Amino acid sequence: MNARSPWSEDRATAVIAANRHLRGALLPMLHALQEEFGCIDEEAIPLLARELNLSRADVHGVVSFYHEFRRSRPGRHTIKVCRAEACQSMNADGLIEHIRRRLKVDFHETTADDAFSLEPVFCLGNCALAPAVMVDETLHGRVSPARFDAITASTLATEAAR
Amino acid sequence: MSEPLHTVYVPRDAAALSVGADETAAAIRAEATRRGIPLRIVRNGSRGMLWLETLVEVETPEGRVAYGPVMAEDVAGLFDAGFLEGADHALAHGLTEKIPYFAKQERLTFARCGIIDPLSVEDYRLHGGFRGLERALAMTPAEIVTEVTESGLRGRGGAGFPTGIKWNTVLNAQAAQKYICCNADEGDSGTFADRMIMEGDPFCLIEGMTIAAIAVGATEGYIYIRSEYPHAVATMREAIRLAYDEKWLGDEIHGTGHRFHLDVRVGAGAYICGEETSMLESLEGKRGTVRAKPPLPALEGLFGKPTIVNNVLSLTSVPIILDKGANHYRDFGVGRSRGTLAFQLAGNIRRGGIVEKAFGVTLHELLYEFGGGTITGRPIRAVQAGGPLGAYLPPSLFELPKDYEAFAAVEAMVGHGGIVVFDDSVDMARQARFAMEFCAAESCGKCTPCRIGAVRGVEVMDNIIAGEKVEANITLLNDLCEVMTDGSLCAMGGMTPIPVRSALKHFPEDFTRSPAAVAAE
Ligand SMILES: Cc1cc2nc3c(=O)[nH]c(=O)nc-3n(C[C@H](O)[C@H](O)[C@H](O)COP(=O)(O)O)c2cc1C
Ligand code: SF4
Ligand code: FES
Ligand code: FES
Repeated sequence: MNARSPWSEDRATAVIAANRHLRGALLPMLHALQEEFGCIDEEAIPLLARELNLSRADVHGVVSFYHEFRRSRPGRHTIKVCRAEACQSMNADGLIEHIRRRLKVDFHETTADDAFSLEPVFCLGNCALAPAVMVDETLHGRVSPARFDAITASTLATEAAR
Repeated sequence: MSEPLHTVYVPRDAAALSVGADETAAAIRAEATRRGIPLRIVRNGSRGMLWLETLVEVETPEGRVAYGPVMAEDVAGLFDAGFLEGADHALAHGLTEKIPYFAKQERLTFARCGIIDPLSVEDYRLHGGFRGLERALAMTPAEIVTEVTESGLRGRGGAGFPTGIKWNTVLNAQAAQKYICCNADEGDSGTFADRMIMEGDPFCLIEGMTIAAIAVGATEGYIYIRSEYPHAVATMREAIRLAYDEKWLGDEIHGTGHRFHLDVRVGAGAYICGEETSMLESLEGKRGTVRAKPPLPALEGLFGKPTIVNNVLSLTSVPIILDKGANHYRDFGVGRSRGTLAFQLAGNIRRGGIVEKAFGVTLHELLYEFGGGTITGRPIRAVQAGGPLGAYLPPSLFELPKDYEAFAAVEAMVGHGGIVVFDDSVDMARQARFAMEFCAAESCGKCTPCRIGAVRGVEVMDNIIAGEKVEANITLLNDLCEVMTDGSLCAMGGMTPIPVRSALKHFPEDFTRSPAAVAAE
């Protein structure tokens, strides 16, 4: 499950303060904010800029450089599918097609019911058990379309019952 | 007499978890409870025989007996068969260390991985851990650096630069503060050795970094781990906490007056942050834009201070070099490629995993004797060696020995040791297109040949695949590759042409067989 707390300036300030002691603190702060709110909220930018004595443009520049940092809230679950070569050799493309059709969602999108966000990744370090998929923080290997359906069955059922 | 306490090993490695190791461990626990059998379950790292995961091992008087792949539903049957005594079963493989895949390896760096409990300092010590550091603590910095230089160790992150020479530069740099940065960004597709050793033997990395720190006079270190590796991040953080508790890290390393502080930092999904200067920018909290060299990071690295940047496997090879001596390590290998490398068999391969072997082993041995060919049962048509910037090689080159120079001679690279296997259904024009697409997506944007060239490369490949003016477009592709090779600041733009051109060179038929091209003939 993704954490997706609504924006709170107090929470954000506390999260930022908790990482204040670190050198090169911007990335740890961004990770901590994303863990709290599910994304880097626009409102966080000026807080970070003030804290670190940077311009807002500088902070924006960092956030936009890294694929991992999101600008909008994700669905309740994130599915990351590996698109890199080892997974390609085991028909990751076919798996991706299956997932797109099954969940009716494309890469960088969230399903209409807000249940799933689909993200491409380049390698999950599970290349001997390709294709690899990560659902929230759980890694899966040898993911055939049928195994994908089995892995996500209970989550899909829970989501359908909401 | 009470029943003997059985010990069962179930890996906690992410690859094992990805095929149900937690469920298997829970099933073993539940079944033992149901049968009233006292049991100790150790969550070890992986032995690296990943096609057998979840590989369950049982301690017997003869040694550890292997069963795999064990799914939760196999567990009751294993108990019925008497697997706790090492009995035979359809999933039994006999003694783990006798399995040919494992027995034929030369495990130096991965000597403990899969054997010990990764988060037990005691287990680590029992298996030779911290002996290298203890020896280093009794040596002068220059002696440590000489030992590493004489071992012949070269950087395992890709570039193969001699580790001792890099350390010597940092040792001789005058500065109040120096840093040790471990590159654990492991972005190459087909590689997972850094992840495996961080999850299976994390103290080995801590020990290697501490030796580096003592060797050059650094007091602070960072491990930069990619965000795609949450398990490795958690294991390293816990191991660092334990090492502080036991005074292997901190202000007073085992009462010697040496100080070394270590922290984990997490990347954010940018392949270029594996390039060392980009990684340093990222550690400083900035965009991961590549820095021009010189200055070398060894002289002006993190926060402008002298810095050792080394790959995980370089640093985890250091403890055994200090423990057993430079000669022991250098005796493995061929030519100027000394020691061992943890080759990683990935993609469409029957027996995927880690094969640690001395340099000089051939691709053919790795792919067939160890790997057993493809998992689909079709012929191997191509392998990509050395990550996404590495060459695609055809079977005619499989007799090539794994050696930095022999690979460079055919415009290929050993890199981080990854080998991705493709069967005969692969379309090499599509793979060439992907190499350009990957570069376009992951370029740091600093130089035009890389940033714009890769985008153009995708367009040109699209035209070739569509069969439009194929000959003219191939000429254009070659020109583009030349511009990228010559005009890029770093190897991202500079080496993306390697997979593209090797695909074109060895598999030209895939570039000229689109329906449109065939029709026009
Ligand atoms: C695009 C690019 C990506 C790289 N990715 C990694 C990586 O993920 N891990 C790594 O150790 N080195 C990587 N390198 C190599 C590093 O720049 C550097 O050579 C290495 O970390 C030095 O350590 P070593 O001498 O121990 O190999 C990469 C280089 C480039 C150009
Ligand atoms: S070659 Fe590409 S990744 Fe490297 S510095 Fe230039 S733009 Fe950045
Ligand atoms: S290439 Fe997909 S997990 Fe490595
Ligand atoms: S800066 Fe020299 S190859 Fe990257």
